[in-house]
Amino acid sequence: MAGTRAIIMERKMQREGSPWRGLSVVFFRELFDHLTSVRMLVLQFLVLLFGAAVVYFAAEQIRNTTAEDPFLFMRLFAPPGQTLLSFVLVLSILVPIIAIGLGFDSVNGEYNRRTMSRILSQPIYRDALLFGKFLAGLATLTIALVTLWLLVIGFGLLRLGIPPSGEEIGRLLVFLVVTIAYAGVWLALAMLFSIFFRSTATAALVSLGLWLFLALLWPALAQLFGEMISPQDIRFAALGLPTPDTLAWQQGLSRISPGTLYGEAVVAMLNPDAQSMTTLLAQFQGRIQTPLPLDQSIIQAWPQMVSLIAGMIVLFVIGYVAFQRQEVRA
Amino acid sequence: MSDLVIEARDLTKRYGQATAVNGISFTVEKGEIFGLLGPNGAGKTTTILMMLGLTEVSGGSVSVMGYDPARQPLQVKRLVGYLPDTVGFYDYMTAADNLRYTAALIGIEPKERDKRIASALDRVGLADVGTKHVGAFSRGMRQRLGLAEILMKDVQIAILDEPTSGLDPHATAELLETIRSLKHDGVAVLLSSHLLDRVQSICDRVALFNAGKIALIGTVPQLASQVLGGGYHVEVEADGVGLEQKLGAVPGVRQVESVGPGRFRLLAEGDVRPQAAAAVVNAGGSLRRLSFDEPSLDTIYNRYFQTHGGHPGDHHGAQNAA
Repeated sequence: MAGTRAIIMERKMQREGSPWRGLSVVFFRELFDHLTSVRMLVLQFLVLLFGAAVVYFAAEQIRNTTAEDPFLFMRLFAPPGQTLLSFVLVLSILVPIIAIGLGFDSVNGEYNRRTMSRILSQPIYRDALLFGKFLAGLATLTIALVTLWLLVIGFGLLRLGIPPSGEEIGRLLVFLVVTIAYAGVWLALAMLFSIFFRSTATAALVSLGLWLFLALLWPALAQLFGEMISPQDIRFAALGLPTPDTLAWQQGLSRISPGTLYGEAVVAMLNPDAQSMTTLLAQFQGRIQTPLPLDQSIIQAWPQMVSLIAGMIVLFVIGYVAFQRQEVRA
Repeated sequence: MSDLVIEARDLTKRYGQATAVNGISFTVEKGEIFGLLGPNGAGKTTTILMMLGLTEVSGGSVSVMGYDPARQPLQVKRLVGYLPDTVGFYDYMTAADNLRYTAALIGIEPKERDKRIASALDRVGLADVGTKHVGAFSRGMRQRLGLAEILMKDVQIAILDEPTSGLDPHATAELLETIRSLKHDGVAVLLSSHLLDRVQSICDRVALFNAGKIALIGTVPQLASQVLGGGYHVEVEADGVGLEQKLGAVPGVRQVESVGPGRFRLLAEGDVRPQAAAAVVNAGGSLRRLSFDEPSLDTIYNRYFQTHGGHPGDHHGAQNAA
């Protein structure tokens, strides 16, 4: 009896009507806003400028090498060796800035303009507003990144005079998807702060602060914490090898930063001949062919890709719950 | 009974320990202008947000056009237009584009959209600035644009939160005129304000809020007789002998006061002008002037708080959860 009553109560508590009503209206308006905003124009210009410079130098470098290389075209994105600046590195820095730039005022901006209560008094649920905003941000980032990706490939075709192989295209496509997921994480984070903080300036500063912390400080801190949690074993240290336990902790901790995850996934996709510890060992034993085939590279990058997408969803859900419970009055 | 559009019963809102709205009950009828009056922080906006389903109800119930705003917010919001306190628009968009966005959210057919926007802008006198960016609009123009949105939405109930605050007298008069025209369309208007004299002129019934409760509810004359006991002032200027006694004998007159040679001030329970005029004429006096003062809400309000302890000003912020 009690169970039935609980079910009836639950049904009574449910709100009626579709939470998606108005979603496409919000989505297209936000998308239009993003694409026509001066802010987006500036950010896009920034990426184009940095990207063009970096890709140009990469192309010059490739033209001067005569060695045989099956992945010549991909070197445009990630030049081999220790190049100071690569297109991938530029992206890993600029993508968070663009994503934060798009998201930091998406919710609190509505409160500050005093449009929130007016919009929410229309027959839509808050779900539609938040989803519409997030999807529009993600779509804007996707459009920007795909454009950039096509531009670089086009430039490569002209400058290098060789078409990319099928495998290269496959790898570059996965790279594009990973980049969009990476952008989504930062967009979700910026929107989360735009829900938590009523001031847009605070939200922007906290987002950028967290980004700087994760990008610059966290890798070093992760090393430190890893050693504190699991100290170096003297036997490994004597051989000049890292202690596996310590290394695992350090890696695990550093992967809290989306930048690390993105970097690992990108290296796996774009540098098929660069190896992680395990593959290096296996290669030494002659078990693995080098370079890795595409599907094996995807398997290698899979955990990082899933983590990025999961991180984006988790951040969005936290913001979603907070937004649902937020008081409308300013 | 079927004409009730809003019915609130023991409506309560608590924020943690503080109670913003404490068990209020009221009804609003179709085509009625109902005023929620009271100092800032008395719970007016919270009450409005509960009616729109924009904030959760802690206790009691409210029904809007027969729907429960907490469970069926979409149905409620389709029938109710809301003009928030200091309404905002997207400044970089034109007035018409702002309305177009709302129209799309409401789900008005694209074919009908522009027609309804044009007629709504025309009714509030913004037709010639429809293609201008809202960023350049004055406060009064924004409030009017907010009303245009409600007109476009074609609603049964219009809820206006402090619609006249911060407007100059001319803009206020224009706004009140539009609100009256809403009433003529059969729309029930619920408006909140802390400016009593402005609101008095257009409200059919009012509810006086104090510290989250409705202190008084009814028409202005009802409140006047409740609080002031009578409350109508009739001034008579007439020459004649023994007029004071004659006027005092008119039914409904409680008190006669001589305020000057040939000038009398009557405190009455109703409009006694015809009877007073007849009394003067029957006594052989010559009537020169007869004036009638409706009791002002301000007087009622101040008297209420004098007699019931506490002053409206004392409650500032204390109950305000925002």
